[in-house]
Order: sequence, then C-alpha cells, then structure tokens
Amino acid sequence: MDGSNSVGPNAVNSSSLRSGSSIRSSNSIREVNFVDLGSRARSRGGADSDGFGMSQREINDDDARLVYINDPIRTNEKFEFAGNSIRTAKYSVLTFLPRNLFEQFHRVAYIYFLVIAILNQLPQLAVFGRTASLLPLTFVLLVSAVKDAYEDYRRHRSDKIENNKLASVLVNGQFQHKKSKDIRVGEIIKVFANETLPCDMVVLSTSDPTGVAYILTINLDGESNLKTRYAKQETLAKNLENDKISGLIKCEKPNRNIYGFQANMEIDGKRMSLGPSNIVLRGCMLKNTAWAVGVAVYAGRETKVMLNSSGAPSKRSRLETHMNKEIIFLSIFLGSLCTIISICAAVWLRRHRDELDFMPFYRRKDFSDGKNDNYKYYGWGMEIVFTFLMCIIVYQIMIPISLYISMELVRIGQAYFMIRDNQLYDESSNSRFQCRALNINEDLGQIKYVFSDKTGTLTENKMEFQCATIAGVDYSGSKASLQGEQSGYSVLVDGKVLKPKMNVKVDPELLRLLKNGKGTSESNSIHNFFLALAACNTIVPIVVASADADVKLIDYQGESPDEQALVYAAAAYGYMLIERTSGHIVIDIQGDRQRFNVLGMHEFDSDRKRMSVILGCPDRTMKVFVKGADTSMFNVLDRSLNLHTTETKAHLHAFSSMGLRTLVVGMRELNASEFEQWQSSYETASTAVMGRAALLRKVATNVENNLIILGASGIEDKLQLGVPEAIESLRTADIKVWVLTGDKQETAISIGYSCKLLTRRMTQIVINNRSKESCKKSLDDALTLLKKLSSVSGAAENAGRSSEDGLGTTGLIIDGTSLVYILDTELEDQLFQVASRCTVVLCCRVAPLQKAGIVALIKKRTSDMTLAIGDGANDVSMIQMADVGIGISGQEGRQAVMASDFAMGQFRFLVPLLLVHGHWNYQRMGYMILYNFYRNAVFVFVLFWYGLFTGFTLTTAINEWSSVLYSIIYSSLPTIIVGILDKDLSRMTLLKHPQLYGAGQRNESYNTKLFWVTMIDTLWQSMAIFFTALIPYWGTDVDIASMGDLWTLAVVILVNAHLAMDVYRWTWLAHASIWGSIIATWICVMVIDAVPILVGYWAFFHVAGTGLFWLCMLGSVVAGLLPRFVVKILIEYYRPSDIQIAREAEKFGTLREFESAEVEMNSVSDPARG
Amino acid sequence: MNSDGTSSTSGATGSGDSATPRRNSKRPKYSKFTQQELPACKPILTPGWVISSFLLVCIVFIPIGLASLFASRSVVEIVDRYETACIPGGFRKDKVKYIQSDSNKTCRRNLTVNKDMKPPIYVYYQLDNFYQNHRRYVKSRSDPQLKSKSKENETNDCKPEATINGKAILPCGLIAWSLFNDTYSFSRSSQKLQVNKKDISWKSDREHKFGKDVFPKNFQNRTVKGGATLNASIPLSQQEDLIVWMRTAALPTFRKLYGKIEVELKKGDVIQVTLENNYNTYSFNGKKKLVLSTTKWIGGKNDFIGIAYLTVGGLCFLLAMSFTIIYYVKPRRLGDPTYLSWNRNPGGGANN
Repeated sequence: MDGSNSVGPNAVNSSSLRSGSSIRSSNSIREVNFVDLGSRARSRGGADSDGFGMSQREINDDDARLVYINDPIRTNEKFEFAGNSIRTAKYSVLTFLPRNLFEQFHRVAYIYFLVIAILNQLPQLAVFGRTASLLPLTFVLLVSAVKDAYEDYRRHRSDKIENNKLASVLVNGQFQHKKSKDIRVGEIIKVFANETLPCDMVVLSTSDPTGVAYILTINLDGESNLKTRYAKQETLAKNLENDKISGLIKCEKPNRNIYGFQANMEIDGKRMSLGPSNIVLRGCMLKNTAWAVGVAVYAGRETKVMLNSSGAPSKRSRLETHMNKEIIFLSIFLGSLCTIISICAAVWLRRHRDELDFMPFYRRKDFSDGKNDNYKYYGWGMEIVFTFLMCIIVYQIMIPISLYISMELVRIGQAYFMIRDNQLYDESSNSRFQCRALNINEDLGQIKYVFSDKTGTLTENKMEFQCATIAGVDYSGSKASLQGEQSGYSVLVDGKVLKPKMNVKVDPELLRLLKNGKGTSESNSIHNFFLALAACNTIVPIVVASADADVKLIDYQGESPDEQALVYAAAAYGYMLIERTSGHIVIDIQGDRQRFNVLGMHEFDSDRKRMSVILGCPDRTMKVFVKGADTSMFNVLDRSLNLHTTETKAHLHAFSSMGLRTLVVGMRELNASEFEQWQSSYETASTAVMGRAALLRKVATNVENNLIILGASGIEDKLQLGVPEAIESLRTADIKVWVLTGDKQETAISIGYSCKLLTRRMTQIVINNRSKESCKKSLDDALTLLKKLSSVSGAAENAGRSSEDGLGTTGLIIDGTSLVYILDTELEDQLFQVASRCTVVLCCRVAPLQKAGIVALIKKRTSDMTLAIGDGANDVSMIQMADVGIGISGQEGRQAVMASDFAMGQFRFLVPLLLVHGHWNYQRMGYMILYNFYRNAVFVFVLFWYGLFTGFTLTTAINEWSSVLYSIIYSSLPTIIVGILDKDLSRMTLLKHPQLYGAGQRNESYNTKLFWVTMIDTLWQSMAIFFTALIPYWGTDVDIASMGDLWTLAVVILVNAHLAMDVYRWTWLAHASIWGSIIATWICVMVIDAVPILVGYWAFFHVAGTGLFWLCMLGSVVAGLLPRFVVKILIEYYRPSDIQIAREAEKFGTLREFESAEVEMNSVSDPARG
Repeated sequence: MNSDGTSSTSGATGSGDSATPRRNSKRPKYSKFTQQELPACKPILTPGWVISSFLLVCIVFIPIGLASLFASRSVVEIVDRYETACIPGGFRKDKVKYIQSDSNKTCRRNLTVNKDMKPPIYVYYQLDNFYQNHRRYVKSRSDPQLKSKSKENETNDCKPEATINGKAILPCGLIAWSLFNDTYSFSRSSQKLQVNKKDISWKSDREHKFGKDVFPKNFQNRTVKGGATLNASIPLSQQEDLIVWMRTAALPTFRKLYGKIEVELKKGDVIQVTLENNYNTYSFNGKKKLVLSTTKWIGGKNDFIGIAYLTVGGLCFLLAMSFTIIYYVKPRRLGDPTYLSWNRNPGGGANN
C-alpha cells in the first residue's frame, strides 16, 4: 500500500558504475523495520497486526502496571499512579526564586559574575560600592527571571484550562461530569464526537456496533487523517451503565512511544491481548464516532503525549563555540593586565618600603587612639595578591558578560523577524516559520551540507493519481486537463450534489471506454479495476459542507495518502465511495448506488506487502480484490489467466521511471466452497486469542492467490512548489544537497531528475551491494573513476572550458543495504572520500538511524556545518544529529517538528531562510561579537592605562556608576539594534546571487584573524583616548572626577562612532539608538555629577566649561578612529569582498549590468546543462 | 481537517502556534518593519566621500590646532622649583630631618618676569610624584561629614585618620590630614603684591559639599602632623585651601590653585617670594614648584593639543592627497561585477 514500505525482491546485487541516464532496476533491500522506529508505516490498525510475537508476549508483572477496570481505588491502592492533572509549568510561586536562580546559575558566565561580586564584598578587596558591584548581576538575573516568569505564567494558564476541562466519568454506574484533573487511572470515561481525549485509555466500546472509533491525531503527531481504533469484541456488548464491568488490564509502564502499546486484558475470565490499535491517546480527538468509552490506563504526566513533550535538544552555535575560544584569549589578556599591575605594584611597594609609613598618600602607620600598627597592610606578598584580585574585579568586563545577554536578545529579535517574514509563511498549511531553538540562528548562515528527506520534504506527500495501465493498455498517453466542464464527477443525493473534495485529472479515452464500451472484456477489466480502487482500502468518506449550500463534498480520510489518491481517482471515473462501515460499503457507480458487503479484510502488512478485501457484490458473487507492490503481486498471479503480465510490467517500469509510485491491482472471484472455506478459517483466526496476526496472515495468503491482474496505477508524489529552483539556488550557493530517502532506488533517481539534482550528463555512480567486500570494491572503483574524471575536468578547465557543463560532475547513488556494510566500519572513510568528490549524493532505502549515520559521517570528518531537513518521524534522528535541524510541518507527523530547531511549511523556504536570514544573522552576530569584545576591551584598557598612573593601585578615574552603566546603558542598545536590524545586502540581491552566501561558509565575519586585528585596533583606540587627554592635562589642576567624565564620554562617543562607521543601513532605529546612547550617556554623567554626596560633584559642569575638554574629546575620537577608517577604505577599495561589491552595485544601480554579466556567464555554461 | 480546539499540551514547549484555529490566517501582517524593509540610508565610501571627509577633518583640525597653539604660546608661565633650593646647604644630606625639625623654614626666592603678564595671574603650587589618586588616599575621606554637622561622626571611611582618643576628627581622612601647608607671599620691588585667596575653589563645592555650619574639630591634634592646621573658628565652606586640596588631582603631577594676583606684571619685573617651606615631600622624593601663570581659553601653557591637532590635520591632508592619487592611478569601478570572486576565477570558484 504505502509505496515507501514496499520492498522489492532480493535480487542479485552488484555494484555498477554507469554513465548516463540509465537506471538500475535491481535493488537490494534489507528488511528495515519502520514500525519500531515509529515512522510512517500507516497501515496498522486491525486486529493484532503488530505480529504474534509482540502481542502475546507475557508482560512481566514487575514491568507491568495493573489497571482494574472501573475500580480506580483498587488500581491506585498499591501504586500511586499519576493523577490526570498536568503540569507543564516549571515553577510555583514558592519555588520560583530558588529554582529560577539555580537554573540561571547553570551558566558559567553568571558564576563568573557572582564570584566577582562576592570577591568585591570582601573588605580588603572592596573596589566598588556594594550596590554598584551587584547591579549588573541583579540586572541580568532580573531580566531573565522576568522572562522566565512570564513564560511560566502562560504555561500555568494553559495548564489550568487543560486541567479544568470536563469529562464524563463513570461513577456508581452513571456517567458524571468531572474535571479532567480528577480523573484517575482505572476509571471509565466516555468521550463524545469532536471531544479531545483527557487521558490515554483503552477503548472498551464505541457507538459503532463493530467497535470502531475514528480519531484525529493531529495534536500528537500532526497527521491530519483519521485513524481507526478498535474496541475488543468482548467488551463491545457490555452496557456499561447497567452491567458492572470488571476486569484487569496489565500493560507496560508508561513510555513515550506513541506508536506502540502492549497489554493484556482479562475480562470475565477471558484473556485477550491489546495492541496499539486498542488505545486512544490523550490529545487526540474523537471524530465520526458518536461516542467511545474507555478505561484510563495512563493519566497526566504519564500519558504518551506528555512524555513526548520534551523540548528540542539544545545546540550551541558554531559562532559561539568559536567565540568561547576567543573568550579564553580575553581571559589571558585579563590575566596579563592584572599581572602587569601586580608586578608593578610589587616593585613600587618594594622601592618605597621605607617611606610607606609616613608617605602622606599611603600612611601605612595607624597611630590613632594610641595604636601603633599598620593600617590595612597585610605584608608585601598579600598586598600583591590583593592587588591582583582587585584587578580582576576592576577589569572584569574584559570578559563581556553582557554579550551573552545581548546575544540572547538579538537572537530573539532575529527570530521575531524570521517568524514574521511573509516569505516564510506557508499558505497551504497556514503555518508560520517557527524558531524552536533560540541559540543557533547564525548557524543558518554557514551551512555547507543540506541533508534532505524526500517524501514530504521535497515532495508534497500529497499523492496524485496520474495514470493507469489496465489489461495491458497504458492509459497515460493523453493526460487530459481536468474534465472539460471542470466540475469533476458528482452525484445527486437527496437533491444535493455530492462530489469529491479533490478533483483528479482523468484520461478521456478511459472515460469514454467506461461510458460506452459496456460488456466488452476490456470494459469489464476497467470496471473491476476501479471497483478495486474504490473498495480495496481503509478510507473513510466524510461528507462535509462546502461554501455552496447545495453542494456537499466528500472528504476521503485514511491513513495512507496513496489510498486517498486512488479513491479520489476512482471517484473521478465514476466509482464514488460514499459510505463505509465495518460491515458494508456503498459505492456510487456511474450514478447507480450499489451496496457491497465487506465480508472480510486483510490489512496491509510488511511481509505480504499487499492488502485485500472480500466483497459480497449486489449480484451475489463474492470477489477478492487485492492491491499491493508489484513485486509481491506478480508472485500470486494465476499464470494461465494473465495475458498482459509482460505489458503491465513494461508499463510499471515506465511509470516508476517517471517518478511515479506504482501499485498493482488484482482480483479473483470466489466460488461458494472457496468462500465458505475462507470464511470459516477467517472467523477462527480473527477470534483466536493466541497468534491471531499470524493466523490471519495465513488466511490472507491462502485467499490472495491465483489472481487475475487487472492493472496498475501510477501515483505521483508531487514535487513541492519551487523545489528544483530551490535546489539550484542552494547549489549555486555552494551548498551540497544530499537526499536521503526510504524510497526505492528508481523512485529516488527519478525524483532526483525532476528536482534537477541529477542531470542527464552527470556521471552516476551506483552502489548497491550485499557484502562488505563488494562494497569495498565498488568504493575503490568509484574513487579511481572520480580521480580520473577530476583530472580530465581539470584539463578541460585548463583549456579554458567551464567545468560546469555536467561532464565533470558525478552523482553518487547508494542504498541502505550497502550503507549497513559501510557506516561504522573502516569503509566509512572511503565513502566520505567518494561522497565528498561527488556533486550529488542520493541515498535510498535508508533507515532513520542510517540517516543520522550519514550526517555524522560528514560531521565527524569536516568542520563544515550540516543541516538536516525532514518531515517525518524517521527524520528525527537525522535532525537531531545535524548542526541545524529543520522540520517541515506538513503532512506527516509533528515529531520532526518537535525535534527540530526550526520548522517551516515548505522546502523552498530553505532558500530565503539560509541565503537571506541565515546570511544576515551570521553577519550581524559575527560583527556583534567582535564589536562587543572591542567595546569592553577598549574600556578596560582605558582603566588599565590610568592604573599605571596611580601607583598601580586601581583607582579608577571613571566613577563606579559609569563603569557599571557602561555595558548596560551607555553602549548596549546600539549593538543590539544593529545586531537585529542591520542588513549588509537587500533580500533581492542575496536571492539573486546565492554565491554571496559563501561569506558565511568561509567564516568571513568572524575569525581569529579578525579578532586579533580588532584587538590591535582596540589597543590603539584606547591609547588614543587615554593619552590625548592625559598629556595636556598633565601637571594641571584637573581633578579625578573631571578626567573620569572626559574619558567616559570620549570612550562612549568613540565606541558608538566606531559602530556608526560600520553600520550598513541607517534606519531611524539605528539613528535613534546610536545617537540616543550618546545623549543618554551625557545625561547619566550629568545626573551622576549632580549628586552632592559623590566625590565628583559638579565636576562635569566645571570641566565642560573649558575649551581643552572639548578639544581633547574631539581630537581623541578622531585620532582613535583614523587608522581603522583608513584600513577600512583600503580594504573596501582594493580587496573588496563580494558583499562590498554587491552593496555598491545595489547602491549605484549597476545591478542590471550585474545581471547581464551573470547571464553571459551562464550562457557559456548553459547549453551543456540543459 | 480542522485543528480547532487543539489541546495546548502537545506543543507546550514550543511555539504554541497550533493553538489558534486554522480559520484565522496566520499570515504575518505586512509591515515595512517586520519585513525588514524600513527606509534606510546606505552610505558607501566612494572616493568622493573619502577625500572630502579627510579634507573636512583637515579643514577643521588645522585651524583649531593653530589657534590652540597660538593660545598656548601666549600664556606666560613662571615655574620655580624650590624643594631643594629652600633647604639650607647643611641639611641637604637629610632633608627629611630638616623638614621635621622646628627650625625656621622661611625661604626667599626671586622670580624674573620674562613677558608681560595680564591679571589675573594665577598662583599655583605644583607637586610632582605625589599620588593624590592613590587608592588608599582617595578613599580616605567622608563626604557626609564635610557637608553636615549632624554627620560629623561618620568617619568609617577615614581610617587611619578617623578618630583621636575616640573622638571624631573633622575633617577626617588622609586627604585632609595631608593638607598642603607651604605659604607664599610676593613682593615686587619691596612692594607687597596682594594674593587674593578668595574664590579659588569651586563655587559648587563651597555651597553644596562643605557645610557652612561645620567647623574643624580635633584636626591635626596628633604629634605626627601631616600638613596644615585649620582655624577651628572658620566653617569648612570658607576653608578654601582645604576645599581645593580635597578635589583630589587626577594625575601624580598636579597643580593646585593657591591664589590670584590681580595686578599686571611687566616684563623684567623681579618678584621676591617669601615662602614657608613646611610641607614634607622629601620622604618620597616629591618635587615642589611654585607657578605663576596667566590663562587663555585653552587653560594653561599646553602645546601638545595644538601640535596634535596640526598633526592629525596634516595627516588627513596627506591621506586626502594620497587617496586622490591612488584613485586616479588605480581606479576600480564601484559595483563592478567582474570583481566578484566567482567571476574572477570562473569554474574554480563557488561552483565546483
């Protein structure tokens, strides 16, 4: 059924190296159990389809939880199971302070802060006043605490709503309303249609006589189709309100696997097994079923949804890791500065040791009150130690702690803009971009490898019926438009028009045959074919109202998108499925309503790879309809009857070459004896307690035999909009795109072509082997070939030809079986060698863990950034492994989104996300880090230079309040604003020239060289600021406070002017923040100097009245910035980066020329590409 | 299918986006701000801008430099270093002993005026190698005590000059204790030159920092005196020498205003200075100087700032010139796509 799960024959395998477009048809498959990994194996349901072994395994009493049905007291007697109240909030009012502080201090930076503040509290070391020293830490803690408190408040509120929802609970034989939080394990709960389930429960009975319940699991896994759940026949009949029901459910301990459940139920002495199809989970919604009754087995935080709601794993951005290295350098600077001061102080103290007692400005002797000892002098050694520690306190901001907070704020801002970006909004799923991880925004600008899932990521996972071959005739020739009148097929029911929700393109020839050619064997086949499509599935038709009151739409809900597509197709050809219950279906055949009894159904399983349904037709015949993967179907044909096998096979090959997913349909008529035989064995099997699944499978295999082949269908897994263009863009940006898929090799390759990953001129290397030796051999061969090719293309390049004509490029296609032998062995290295030389890598038939393994292959061996994008649960491991994980919030489950760092609606959004936002984020963050290092270091250096003129005693001219406010008020806002808003290039330019993305890949905005250059600049600027003021004021009557004010203002103007020099885009916000900061500083300095109790009272107003003050200010800022300015000009002019040129082009409108040049460039290389 | 009425628990950690019903489109509202399209100016350093900015600096700095150099040159300054000269020959071996002795420390100096000096002529004393910015020193004061009578016992910060025999010293602390106590008197051709010692301190200090009702108490009552004593009957707000001294200097070489001479001094005048050489700078090799200086808008004599401005201005002129030449000799058209890295070396660049 589900094409991705169908597995081909284990054909003989060998590696093959082929050039050109040929596609290998052999594929080797290792049985990959998607089910356990919770992937997109959809067709479970039914009885115990999970297999005999699992369901009947005795659950050990120690590992089990015992639930006494309708007896919560006894259930909870021995073990106190969790109640149903949930709590996603982290804190309560009481625990908020200690827990929040505890969590905040997990950060090393805060600990550093704290240690410094504590050091400062020691009387010997008190450099700053108590309040001033605690202010920064308190400020930071407060900001974070307020943020946390707000988030927690919101969680509290949603918890409260959730906990107070009402549910119907059976109390003393009557269903009564009870708050959701009071539900206990063991209680019986009744849920009505469209209600959300309050806890995980085992279904006991439903409004449907056969015990079916339909649920919507969108909240759980995001799948928007209905799933079927079943009540056990033993419990179905019970009238719960009258019959006292009692029993025991023995189930596994709570776990987070939402696709698995194992339990036994003992009721009235009968014992039966329960599987995942018997449990409905909290958060799901009951649909299409009037009511369902179940017994709560897991409640509250033990429900599967709660166990799954853990946050995304925290990752750390590349830039931040780099930054931490530079922070170590800064600590070394800090240490050196402190050492220099300490040594100088030591020498000074030693030289003046005889004078210290009476030196007027030292006066070691304390002879007050008759004492005659030393005042605050702890010996030479201790004095040095104290000096060193005080140094660290005074120069603490060398380590830019405020940077961590700024970065956090900037990332929130960047995330805000990513979320709000119209171009990242997906109309079809109405979803915005989501930032789930807030600390790796800038990594988006440095991606080198993209690992993409195929189904649902590159493709829409909306299957569309494309063509069919029936009785050996291929009806794919003339793919007509939507039916002439565009209305699609519809029927009239009770005066209302009923039509399928989705229209399907139909083949006019086929339609004509259906309408006219009655009676021929050809039309018979066609009739049976479409009947099979309409009947042989688990689709549930749901009638929904449409905009037009007279028109009702039929929405086909089912677990498999392939089936949906087939049923829609059947409807378009006039076989409209109208009603399905567990006992019968109603199909409108060309306006004639017919009722078919569903006598039995053999659901899909991964061994048979087919499903079948036994119908009792209105003409009292019994027919088996089977559909399944080609490989499994051709084994169960009646060879004597099938004339069209060869043609069908040829057509199938053609279909799959076109990238279509194929399913083969067959049928057989059962005669009475056959039917009876089947029926009796079916009934025995389906009521069997032990090994039901195996028995059913056996029955199925018996009946699915000697089939007549009716035909085959080709379903297109449509490419998402803009995928080829997106891949093209990414590749122009020098990002390697690898596709990892669970699909068949042919399908994968054909998708590769349609999304322009592969081109016809590309050399393909195909590796599919079944042993390690052959893998090794094919890898060796591949490497030799690649070397040969690269030397050829190198020669071609030398001859002046572009290598872009596809001749030199190679694509590697490798399958999961081969990867088993390669990953985690010594062959890994070879694979890496091969893969990294290939332009394209396609991995098909890979298991989820192999996907992660491939990502790890690259991550381990290169320092390149990797990004994984996927939509299904099978992509989770890959998403978590990659540096950046992106979830597509599309058709498949929410699991990928839950595990991802970012989530969005469409693959093509990757282009604006990486090329535009990633680029911007990286540029901004890189600059911001450097700037913050500079900003703090320049201030520390000014303090340090002054320290050299105070007898090495760490007096600061800049008063302590200004020191504290420096990184909070004076200079923090502009860098945050610039970090959020500055754009080096416009969106349009970045999208047009994906090559500009290279700046991030080459670490151009932040690297060790830039760090050192910045530090040298810092040194110069600090000297300019300090000495320009020092020299003229040397030997004058200037006081400390005035000097301090001069330096404070000069530094603040300097750092803001420095920033202003580097701002690319002057929006009003940039203006406001930069000039505003300078004005704010001015005001703060004035306010501080207006406090009479402070030493520096009125100093600013005095000194600002002198000309020298203003001259020093202007001179020092200009002198400080001059070298940087000159270097900047020289670099921009003679070593222009691509970004610089693009900026100029943007500004001066050379963009048009720019493009024409591009076109020229392309026209050289294009002919080959086509 | 609709997802209305979703439970918020499933996505509790994440976006919470799914909580809103689908009917409402979540399309972000368009605004220039959210799409990061705010109108903005995008400055680019074109040759024109570069050259004109250098020239602008040049045009601003050179006149300022000239003006301040001129102002500085027109300041007349007489500096007399006297700390050694004022020690009688016999005591030069052990200056500290001399300064601590009770002998008469009067000392006479003659200063010759080289240039006319217009009043007001500021009289400064200059100390070298005196770390008034030493950490122990600057902290050793009590501002509340100086301001208000009620807080005269707030001497915690003043150690080791906080109390004497349990009583608070006022003004307390090392700064006050070490108050400078050399005195000068001037005469020109045996005619006394009046030194105006009024208003030598900041008005703001007199009015708001030093109390009118705060009188010195227990000050310099120890055997070891640090410096000057204060008249206990004059409130602190009028003790201007103390107020000036308490404005601690920023640098280890500093001047403090002693007074003002309000008559003009002519070129060639010889001024006799009678000074009491009381202050002990000998224990730490500090220098003492007497300075008479006029002032200009730039302050005292100060060539550096003028020279610095001329240097920067000149440098910018040179830069402007050299950039003009550079741009002329080796021009690059701005925004020329052929300079892009992937155009410079086709094939070998971005698209491997």
